[in-house]
Amino acid sequence: MSRPVLEVRDLRKTYGQGEATVHALAGVSLTVHRGDYVAVMGSSGSGKSTLMNILGALDVPTHGTYLLDGVDVGELADRQLALARNRLIGFVFQAFNLIPRMSAVANVELPLAYAGIKPGERRRRALAALDVVGLADRARHEPSRLSGGQQQRVAVARALVTEPALLLADEPTGNLDSRSTADVLAVFDRLNATGRTIVIITHEDEVAARAKRLVRLVDGRVVQDTRQSAIHRPPAGAFAGRHAG
Amino acid sequence: MSVPEVVRFALRGLSANKLRSALTMLGILIGVAAVILLVAVGNGSAKAISDRIEALGTNTVTVLSTGRGGSGATSLTTGMAAALADPALAPDVRSVSPVVSSSVTITYGRSDHEVGSFVGTTPGWFAASNTPIGAGSGFTADDEAQGRRVVVLGRTVVDELFAGADPIGKQVTAGGALFTVVGVLGPKSSTGFQDANDTAVAPLSAVRQVLTGYGALTSILVEAKDAGRVDAVESEVATILDQRMSGAARASSATTPYRIQNASQLLETQTETAGTFTTLLGAVAAISLLVGGIGITNIMLVTVTERTREIGIRKALGAPRRVILTQFLVEATLLSVIGGVLGVAAALIGSSFEIAGVRPVIVPSSVGLALGVSIAIGLFFGGLPASRAARLRPIDALRYE
Repeated sequence: MSRPVLEVRDLRKTYGQGEATVHALAGVSLTVHRGDYVAVMGSSGSGKSTLMNILGALDVPTHGTYLLDGVDVGELADRQLALARNRLIGFVFQAFNLIPRMSAVANVELPLAYAGIKPGERRRRALAALDVVGLADRARHEPSRLSGGQQQRVAVARALVTEPALLLADEPTGNLDSRSTADVLAVFDRLNATGRTIVIITHEDEVAARAKRLVRLVDGRVVQDTRQSAIHRPPAGAFAGRHAG
Repeated sequence: MSVPEVVRFALRGLSANKLRSALTMLGILIGVAAVILLVAVGNGSAKAISDRIEALGTNTVTVLSTGRGGSGATSLTTGMAAALADPALAPDVRSVSPVVSSSVTITYGRSDHEVGSFVGTTPGWFAASNTPIGAGSGFTADDEAQGRRVVVLGRTVVDELFAGADPIGKQVTAGGALFTVVGVLGPKSSTGFQDANDTAVAPLSAVRQVLTGYGALTSILVEAKDAGRVDAVESEVATILDQRMSGAARASSATTPYRIQNASQLLETQTETAGTFTTLLGAVAAISLLVGGIGITNIMLVTVTERTREIGIRKALGAPRRVILTQFLVEATLLSVIGGVLGVAAALIGSSFEIAGVRPVIVPSSVGLALGVSIAIGLFFGGLPASRAARLRPIDALRYE
C-alpha cells in the first residue's frame, strides 16, 4: 500500500501541571490511508477533539510524532505549517467558523487567496466548490443570511476548495438538524467516493455508520478500531450516481 | 499574496464595521486638525503682531521726552533735532524728523471730526515712519520753511469729513485756521487700540503756529541708514542729547530726561511672547492628539481582540503569520492615514477663516508632526495586539473569548 496520508505514533497531550494534570491523549497511534473514511467516536472528554486539533495542525502534542503525507509536522516552522494547513488539510469545524460579513464565495476563496492564486481563477474554483456542496445559488449571501446546514456546507466547500489530501471534520453535524445533517453527510460521501480521505469526529451512531472505519476513543486511548467496509469501495451511504466534481 | 490584495483585504476588514472605522477616523481627524489649527492660530497671531510692529518701521528710533511738558532745559527742541542730524557725531542717521502732535477738531462744511493725532513734522517723516501717501502729494521742505497751511489727511478723517467726495484741493478748518488738503495717506494697519488712520499730517511750522505753539516737541523720529545700525543710532542719539541737556537738569532727576524707543526691540519682545503663546497652544493641541491617540489605541485593541477568533480561522485556513500581521497593519495604517489626511484637510479649510480675530497661518512642520504622530500611534497600537494574535496557535486564537 502507498504512503499513508496520516500517521501518528504514541501521541500524548497533557493540560495543566502537578496534581491537576489532565491527560487528554494518553498515547494514541493511528494510521490512515488514502481514500479511507474514518469516524472517530468517543464520549465528551475522551480526547477526540484534542486529537482532531493536532491532526489539523492547529495544536501541538506534548509528546509523539505526527507524519502528514510523510512529513513530520513537529519539525515544521510557522511558514511551512501555514502551507501544510493550506494545501494538505481541509478542516470543518463544529461551529462552522465562517468569517462574518464576508459573502459565502469570499469565504470559500480565502484559502485560495492564502495559496497565492489569482482572483479570476480563485473565483472560478470557489464557485465550483460551492456547486459541489449544492450552494452555487447562495454564493453572494453572507453567513448570517444562511441556515446552519448551508453555513456548514459553505465551510465544507471552503475545506475542499484547495483539493487537500485530507478532510478533517470536528463534529460537523453537531449543530445541525437531521435534514441538514443528511445534506452534509451526502457531501462527505460523494467526496470520499471521488477518492478524498476523510476523518470525522462524531458521537452520532448513524453518522459513524456511514464511515468505512470506526475508531473509538476512551480516556485518551484507542479502545476499538474496526473496518466497516473496504477502503477502495464507495462508502455505504453514497448513492450510485456520482456527482460531477 | 500581493500588496494590492492585502490592501483589498484590509479595506474589506474596515468596511465590515463602518461605524467604528468612521468613529476612529473622526478621533484622529479631530486630533490632527486641532494640532495644526491651534499652532496655526498661535503662529498667525505672532505674525500679526510682528507685521504691525514692522509697519512702524524697524529702522527707526523715537526719542520721547519724559519731562512733564513746559520748555525747560530738558525738553526736546528743534535745535536738538537739528543737532541729531550731524554727519560727524551721528554717521548712521539718515534723517531726523521733529514731531509735534495734538488732538484737534477738523471741520469741513458742516461736518466735523476730532482727529486723534494732528501731526506737525518735516517732509522726511513720511519715509521714516513708513507712512506712504495714498493720493495727491505730501508737502515739501519749502512748504515747511514757509509755514504753508497744507495738510495730508488719514483715511478715517477723509471718510468722516468728505463721505466719498475727492478731498484734494478742499479747505478744512483746524484750530481756527484754514488748511488746504494736498494729499491722503495710504491705509495703514492699526497698531493696537488707536486707529492709525485717524490722523492728519501738516508742516511743523504751520502746526506750531496755529495749534501747539513754540514749546517742546512731542518726539523726534530718527531714521537709521540701515535696520542693522539701529543700535548704533541709539547710542549716537543718546550721546548728543546728553551733551545738549544741561548738567543741572540731569542732576535734578535720577533718570535721563528722555526715552529712546526702538521698534526692533519691541518686535523681539513681542515675537518672544508670541512664541511662548504658540508653544502653549501647541501643547494643548498635543494633549488633544494624545487623547485621540489613546482613542485609536483603544479601538485597535478592541478590534483585534474581537477578531482574535477570525485570526484563528484565517490561520487554520493556512494564512501565514506575516500575511495576517500585514493585513492588520494595513488596516491600522489606512485608518490613521485617512483620518490624518482628512484632519489636515479640515485644518486647511478651517485656517481660511478668522478664529478669535486671528488669521491662522499654517506651520508646515506641524502638519508633518501631527500626521506622523497619528500614523505612528495607529501603527504601533494596531500592530502590537495584531502581532500578539498572529503568534497565537490557531486553536488558542479560535478558543479566545
